[in-house]
Amino acid sequence: MTLGARAAILSALLLAICLGAWHLATLPKSGVAQNVDPEYAKLMGLDKPKTDGLPTLAQMGSTAWKQLSNPFYDAGSNDKGIGIQLGYSLGRVGLGFTLAALVAIPLGFVIGLSPLVYRALNPFIQVLKPISPLAWMPLALYTIKDSATSSIFVIFICSLWPMLINTAHGVASVRRDWLNVAKTLEAGTFRTSFEVILPAAAPVILTGMRISMGIAWLVIVAAEMLVGNLGIGYFVWNEWNNLSLSNVIFAILVIGVVGMLLDLIFGALQKAATYAE
Amino acid sequence: MVFGSHTETAAMRELEWGCACGQHASAEEHEAAGERAEVLSAKALRTAAIRALFPKNEDRRRFLGAVGAPTTLAAISTLLPFGALEAMAQEKGAIEKKDLKIGFIPITCATPLIMSTPLGFYEKQGLNVTLVKTAGWALIRDKVINKEYDASHLLAPMPLAISLGVGSGAVPMNVATIQNSNGQAITLALKHKDNRDPKNWKGMKFAVPFEFSMHNFLLRYYVAEAGLDPDKDIQIRVVPPPEMVANLRAGNIDGYLGPDPFNQRAVYDQIGFIHLLTKEIWDGHPCCSFGMRTEWVKENPNTFAALYRAVLNAAAMAAGPQNRTTIAEAIAPANYLNQPVPVLEQVLTGKYADGLGNVKNVPNRIEFDPVPWNALGVWILTQMKRWGYIKGDVRYKDIVDQVYLMTDAKKRMKEEGILAPADMPKKIIVMGKPFDATKPDAYVSSFSIKRA
Repeated sequence: MTLGARAAILSALLLAICLGAWHLATLPKSGVAQNVDPEYAKLMGLDKPKTDGLPTLAQMGSTAWKQLSNPFYDAGSNDKGIGIQLGYSLGRVGLGFTLAALVAIPLGFVIGLSPLVYRALNPFIQVLKPISPLAWMPLALYTIKDSATSSIFVIFICSLWPMLINTAHGVASVRRDWLNVAKTLEAGTFRTSFEVILPAAAPVILTGMRISMGIAWLVIVAAEMLVGNLGIGYFVWNEWNNLSLSNVIFAILVIGVVGMLLDLIFGALQKAATYAE
Repeated sequence: MVFGSHTETAAMRELEWGCACGQHASAEEHEAAGERAEVLSAKALRTAAIRALFPKNEDRRRFLGAVGAPTTLAAISTLLPFGALEAMAQEKGAIEKKDLKIGFIPITCATPLIMSTPLGFYEKQGLNVTLVKTAGWALIRDKVINKEYDASHLLAPMPLAISLGVGSGAVPMNVATIQNSNGQAITLALKHKDNRDPKNWKGMKFAVPFEFSMHNFLLRYYVAEAGLDPDKDIQIRVVPPPEMVANLRAGNIDGYLGPDPFNQRAVYDQIGFIHLLTKEIWDGHPCCSFGMRTEWVKENPNTFAALYRAVLNAAAMAAGPQNRTTIAEAIAPANYLNQPVPVLEQVLTGKYADGLGNVKNVPNRIEFDPVPWNALGVWILTQMKRWGYIKGDVRYKDIVDQVYLMTDAKKRMKEEGILAPADMPKKIIVMGKPFDATKPDAYVSSFSIKRA
């Protein structure tokens, strides 16, 4: 048996164990207080089967089916299908990420080319980089005065640093020989930048973009929960308010799958840009 | 001490103008002149206000000569609700802004403004309202100040705090209506079911929805009456209402004085029990309000009037006990409160399980009296003063007169054919202690536990 096939069997086994444990943990408890006043029981919702806590696998399945079978429903300004919610989140991430790339890649290029600029900007980058993007939120709300733009700003700020640092690093570590060859061929600065440095640094830059996208997807969920803009984070928050764990778990799975897809896309791009030396 | 418009009038006379517009000797006369007010132009209103401020002709001329009329108008317009009065004068005009964004927190306090969408109260007034569910009160405050929301569900003390610039930049606000009275509760975790005496609550952790909330002031009042200092003996945390149940379950807090449905939800999920309803602290206390920036009222007088009519009619429907089940079903979907209907029914009808095995029947668990009685605002300010949120001399009456549109609400109710009581239906009595709105300073100093 190949390694791949064995790994697949092991994965399936792990999944089965998880689901089995879940099933056992959520078995309905029998004999719920029979001696309660029927009127009280009705008010407490005890007359109908009610799980306290985690949903059973069957409930989980029906929730997932309900959400997936109608992903684009629109039942008012605060209740939309999972597809629409994902669209809002991806839109914000896309916009914030693109803006960050537009700033980080040119700036990283300059930093990478000039040791002077690198040294001058380094202290700022080191201080700004470790700040949790959500810590910017109150300030953003106060200054930008628009919650939708503030969420995009938060994505922008968290996507900025990995791309900036990787671009600078990639540009700075282009092999001297290649630059010297470009110089002997009398290539101009512009040509050297685009035909030598950029392709040489591309894999490192794409690694930065991949990290940024990963962080942006982590942050958007938290930002939407905090600000309550429509989106997948809002969906989680809204269902948390209702203590509807089956919807929350469903959303968690969706967030995981979409995050994985985003990562796969950047992985493929990275692969395409990699070259053998 | 009889509480009502009689004493309020006396208090108003202490100021130099008699009623909100400054034109009449008393609020009653002002209301009687309501019909005339409609045809008065903005200019006439302003002239009347200046005349009321400087009754002697020579004083007035000297003052206007020294300062200039525009400066005077600017100065007094910060003191008087011109926008509201002008809005009243232009009642029936075309709506300036049809598409409105209104913020809300998913709690039953917001019942009138939420139900207006599914039950068509906004539509009837020609308004297209988008209700925006919001994650917490700080965010509501920011989005109102940012002009993202045209109007919003607010806690009754918030417009006062925002107008004063306490806890935010100062932005003049108005309260059009009180959304609800009563309807809150102290919920404790089930482990405290034998710990019912607040005297023993030292060291416990409680949640309230916001600093400038009735919840915070009532909880502080309640524990202080039991001899505990709310700033030293217990911990009070700000937790957005929807997150209270989750926090109680996780054991982060011992209890909360929070809005419904989250008290009933804790019972329904067998996490906590209802220790007491806030109506047992003060029967008839206000909780949430419906408000907007004063500037918005000035810019959109006709829209404001239409919105006002919609919300007042909704409140009138909500006030009827026979309508409560319909309303519970209308506001339960995920788009609004996202709660099980049985939970909302228990909150709105007052027939509820208390979490300790008893069924209680309290029809006035939540009530809907939309009039923003000024005395309520004065009480709120006394508590803000008591707990050190505002310092120095407080011009209680002036501030509340600017923010709470009591006369407006009563007049508009009359126009809509809704029974509008002339006086407050219930006196303000908090845990047995009556409150006299004409003597706020004496009230503040009468408490032994205070920061003022």
